Amino acid sequence: MSAPLLEIENLRVSFPTQKGIIDVVRGVSFTLGRERLGIVGESGSGKSMTGRAILKLIRAPGTIRADTFRFDGIDLLKQTEKAMRRIRGARISMVMQDPKFSLNPVMTVGEQIAEALQTHQRLSRRETQKRVLTMLEAVRIDDPERVAGLYPHEISGGMGQRVMIAMMLIPEPDLLIADEPTSALDVSVQAQVLDIIDEQVRRKGMGLIFISHDLNLVSSYCDRILVMNTGEIVEECQAGELRNAVHPYTRGLIAAIPRLDETRDELPVLDRSAWVAK
Amino acid sequence: MTALSLKHLDISYGETQITHGISLDIAEGESFALVGESGSGKSTVLKAVAGLAPQWTGSITVFGQPRSHGIDQHFARHCQMVFQDPYGSLHPRKTIDAILSEPLAIHGIGNQNSRVEDMLVAVGLDRKFRFRYPHQLSGGQRQRVAIARALMLEPKLLLLDEPTSALDVSVQAEILNLLKRLRRQQNLTFLMVTHNLPVVSFLCDRLAVMRHGRIVEIADVADLKRGALQEPYSRELMDISVAHAG
Amino acid sequence: MTTMHSWLIDDSPASRLQARLGRLYRICGALSRNPLAAVGAIIILLLILTAIFAPLIATHDPLKQDLAQRLLPPGSIYWMGTDELGRDIWSRVVYGARITLVIVVLVAVLAAPAGLIIGAISGYFGGWIDRVLMGVTDIFLSMPKLILALALVAALGPGIENAIIAIAITSWPGYARIARAETLTFKNAEFIAAIRLQGASSLRVILGHVLPLCTSSMIVRVTLDMAGIILTAAGLGFIGLGAQPPLPEWGAMIARGRSFILDQWWVATMPGFAIIIVSLGFCFLGDGLRDVLDPKSGEQH
Repeated sequence: MSAPLLEIENLRVSFPTQKGIIDVVRGVSFTLGRERLGIVGESGSGKSMTGRAILKLIRAPGTIRADTFRFDGIDLLKQTEKAMRRIRGARISMVMQDPKFSLNPVMTVGEQIAEALQTHQRLSRRETQKRVLTMLEAVRIDDPERVAGLYPHEISGGMGQRVMIAMMLIPEPDLLIADEPTSALDVSVQAQVLDIIDEQVRRKGMGLIFISHDLNLVSSYCDRILVMNTGEIVEECQAGELRNAVHPYTRGLIAAIPRLDETRDELPVLDRSAWVAK
Repeated sequence: MTALSLKHLDISYGETQITHGISLDIAEGESFALVGESGSGKSTVLKAVAGLAPQWTGSITVFGQPRSHGIDQHFARHCQMVFQDPYGSLHPRKTIDAILSEPLAIHGIGNQNSRVEDMLVAVGLDRKFRFRYPHQLSGGQRQRVAIARALMLEPKLLLLDEPTSALDVSVQAEILNLLKRLRRQQNLTFLMVTHNLPVVSFLCDRLAVMRHGRIVEIADVADLKRGALQEPYSRELMDISVAHAG
Repeated sequence: MTTMHSWLIDDSPASRLQARLGRLYRICGALSRNPLAAVGAIIILLLILTAIFAPLIATHDPLKQDLAQRLLPPGSIYWMGTDELGRDIWSRVVYGARITLVIVVLVAVLAAPAGLIIGAISGYFGGWIDRVLMGVTDIFLSMPKLILALALVAALGPGIENAIIAIAITSWPGYARIARAETLTFKNAEFIAAIRLQGASSLRVILGHVLPLCTSSMIVRVTLDMAGIILTAAGLGFIGLGAQPPLPEWGAMIARGRSFILDQWWVATMPGFAIIIVSLGFCFLGDGLRDVLDPKSGEQH
């Protein structure tokens, strides 16, 4: 494998509160190549903060510290806000949870995707239009010309999320961060959206960080999984090995999910004291 | 005895008709699930039964008594609802104590102090939470409060609108266990709306699959567990669920 | 003191009283950390104390005339000088605090609840009730405040009571608008649906559950409006339609000092300072309250 795309060592994200400084991410380290990495955890585990920290999207008074924090050889900690803006979108993109809040309601879908492209590349209008339509086709939108002329409220949630993905991928970034990209969608649409992300990531050889609370989803769409709890990585394993997880937290999470052929009378509940004491 | 009986229920919002001829019977003590994707009309059925969607034709009968279109005090004691979003269903400026005492005050039920304490114990909340405000509680704790509030009037029929979909899996397990235990202890009848088939498998006896405002299939949960649903659409939902579980 | 503190900030209060006091204590704590709000609160507190203890603070009888001592500049006997009838301006300003406070409190007591209830009913029920109530509100809103107050006072006759009524009538529509807007934002919230499902009457839902959510924005708005109310009252006093002589109302005092503004500047300036300081006090406090009470800023932080 070539040099890793992303190297993070001992990442800490802290917020000052009335009760003192609270670390929401406490010493997270991982490296990422051009592969698909899943970060799983429950709310408050720091998984989303880790994702946002990579784009330096932590708002003041929050702070980011790390021993190593490198993306493709660039030390992200040393980048100014202006330099970060050139990296965001063009080299690292992020798909958020709910398309309803991420799309501008007064611009057509086509205009928004075109804008995402023009911010980073100078192209003629015709060329831009062609790229937008190709991109919409790539996210499996059947008649891209019609959809490009629609406003966000005229399209469904699943279509909205596909448009978001098109917007994020059109500048051809090296790394895509997807933070709960399908939580607001129906199960049947979820699979479709994830397949599209998967296909695009594979075809373009990008790196993917897939952040989710859903263990099953992450294990079926990623190569490698990090399980986070209270700001720390408690388990790292290959996606296929999830069933053999060793940490009690991971095992507890897996056991707590009800199954379609459920026979248990009671679901096992996480005993948090089991690892907090250590 | 039949706890809830719906006959030819057509529910509308303004000009738009949401459901078409919904008919089903739920026996007392049974746990029944309405499953389907968003827009299938499953939540609307629940709202009509609760009284929050008053524009319907057909009939809704609860424990042998036909239901009026509005909300009335008498009905409130038989049927209560637990909402999906634990962050939006509790009044932000009221303490847990005030939230739980309110239904008692509305119905002039005495002995409020001990009833509130007993209910906190029943839903597994420590006494120290009693005078806290909702924002001081986690999502799971809030959902316990919402369940406690619904049970304060000792209803027999509980309407559950995706009660665990906003919760983490470990918390979902706790709430599902709680619902199962309460149903057994108080002989409750559940009508639950969800898109999560494994949850149905854990908590329910029967299910109705809905699509585009119509019931596609009514089946036993045993069939769901065996993967023996009949209709193609039901099987499709089931297959997605299986694929999802990896 | 420390036990009191820990009792108040206890995360798990043992009684309703403790929970409420704890919330109040947190709000006061947050206010005291905001310097401008603290200044505002101190000014308002001073105003209240001055009004209560006016007889002790005043050095002279505010109404006693002494033509031999007329138009004296500020000095050791007459701290703020005397007016054209030889009355002590300091004592008159001190007693004027009572009148100002009465006006402000009565307007708040009359206008805020009326606006709150009309707005909440309008927003909660919607439909034709909303259209009728908001139509009336819009009619009142469309008229300039001071002109409407002037017309009312002219019709009812000059005097402080009528000035208060006139100001109250002109200020409720603004509160009704705010209360309606607030009500609309959460009328479809699940916690309101939940309370309706428990069989609560509309009256109970509005009074017990809708109004408490409107009050914080209302308190902020009323506090910020106080400055305007004081100015309107002073304006009415200035043109002789508010408090009548010899009442030491600040606006009326400025009006009388107008003729001497070039030679005896203190006659008009001293009550003017009083108006400015009290108005500023209410503005500072209102801004601070907005930061503390605004639900959007989040109580968790």
